[in-house]
Amino acid sequence: MNGDDSLPEGVDRRTFDGRERLATSGPTVYGEPTDGDWRLWDVGRSKLGAMLELGMGTGLDGGESVLYLGAASGTTVSHVADFAGPTYAVEFAPRPVRDLVGVAEDRENLFPLLKDARAPTSYAHVVEADLDVVVQDVATRGQAEVALRNRQFLRGDGKGRLLAAFKARSEDVTAAPETVFERLLDELEEGYEVLETTRLDRFHDDHLGVVARPK
Amino acid sequence: MNDGTTASEPRGWFEGLDGDDADDAEEKAATRRIRDGSADAPADWPARAVESGFADDETDYYARLREATVEAAREAAAERERADDRQLVHAVRSMDDADRVANELAERVSEWAGTQFEAGSGVDYARELAARDPEGPDQERVVSLAGRVADLADEADDLRTYIEQRAPTVAPNLTEMAGPVLAARLLSLAGGLDSLAKKPAGTVQVLGAEDALFAHLRGRAPSPKHGVIFTHEFVRGTRPEDRGSAARAFAGKLALAARADHYAGERRPQLHEDLQERMETIRARAEDTDDDSTEGGAAE
Repeated sequence: MNGDDSLPEGVDRRTFDGRERLATSGPTVYGEPTDGDWRLWDVGRSKLGAMLELGMGTGLDGGESVLYLGAASGTTVSHVADFAGPTYAVEFAPRPVRDLVGVAEDRENLFPLLKDARAPTSYAHVVEADLDVVVQDVATRGQAEVALRNRQFLRGDGKGRLLAAFKARSEDVTAAPETVFERLLDELEEGYEVLETTRLDRFHDDHLGVVARPK
Repeated sequence: MNDGTTASEPRGWFEGLDGDDADDAEEKAATRRIRDGSADAPADWPARAVESGFADDETDYYARLREATVEAAREAAAERERADDRQLVHAVRSMDDADRVANELAERVSEWAGTQFEAGSGVDYARELAARDPEGPDQERVVSLAGRVADLADEADDLRTYIEQRAPTVAPNLTEMAGPVLAARLLSLAGGLDSLAKKPAGTVQVLGAEDALFAHLRGRAPSPKHGVIFTHEFVRGTRPEDRGSAARAFAGKLALAARADHYAGERRPQLHEDLQERMETIRARAEDTDDDSTEGGAAE
């Protein structure tokens, strides 16, 4: 299907090696291929990229204010900062934060934070309220809990969006992914209305893409 | 470290700062606040910062925010990386080097000293010699060399003390389970806490037995049952036929302990209880089978 309508402004499909692939416009980060000002957004390395590629209704238009949980080395968050507004990037492990800082140095709207996404009080004095989007990609047990604890950063007028990639194996390696996802969504509904879910398996094994809004 | 934020009204990281970016102390304070501050809830910080005069407008606020967050993240990441597990890795490698060199040099000392003093060997003998008053230039050299051995051995002891003090803060669970020195050795073999936390239990089990492992992979030897974890009582103190099980169980829990230390950083009592229980089960096998063991048949 052609999901171009669902792509935010600042994200486009460009031709790399004869194939149409996602791209954003900004300084390169890890030696990814470029086409003019556009640089390839490898959806095999990015869960949010996969959600867009699969045509999920992320509600992203471009220019949003974003809290990104689980930013890792900043590969995906660099693309987010290319099309979004103020982008807060939270990552807990020090080694990847070193790379994340490098990514932030090239981008005016990217704010790196070495913090634990399970403890929002440790960054609520920095991250502003009423954000448009929370992106979550944390490989820790208790992913629904992380989403619930960070709900306070989202705007409350029904337009705020949680874009999460849940990883089944982080919760329970022994249970079937379907069972794990069901449990996670149940828990998530304590604070969110789930709008859409799609398995990301084509790009990321045992991951579920979730679009939700605060209740 | 938290500078007493009041519970009622959340305060932003910039509050109390005047926004003078030429001021070095001001910049440091901002970085500190990003790193150590907290709030119960977020607020419209950009607007508050403009209202309070910290920033001229929103654009100015975001520029300041970026400067402060980049600096804070860089500093905090470097500190955590420098921290602790890297220091421990260097310390344990240095301790082993100091030990090894002290022993080698002690051998040289005893060979030479045997021509001038009563015979003896080892680091203790070198220490004895080092305390002597040399008579003549020949003895002077030997006594001086013995002094170097004693110094190196002291250094190794000091490094051990340092490791014993630091390991519990760096890796509380791993240290509780393995003891400080073995914990540091595992970190050293893996190349840091980060890498150790990512290793499967099977790899942890044979860390330090790489030679035997590769001989096995080339088909020339049985698979090694344990690497450096053999030095621990749980493995060494288990009878040979159960050592494989003991090593596997121990390595499994060590891998979990390393992950808990790396990702959570807090003590997990359950882990230690589980290991204790598992070890008792494995050891009970010996009591079940050999009533006439040299230990005196503990069971019944």
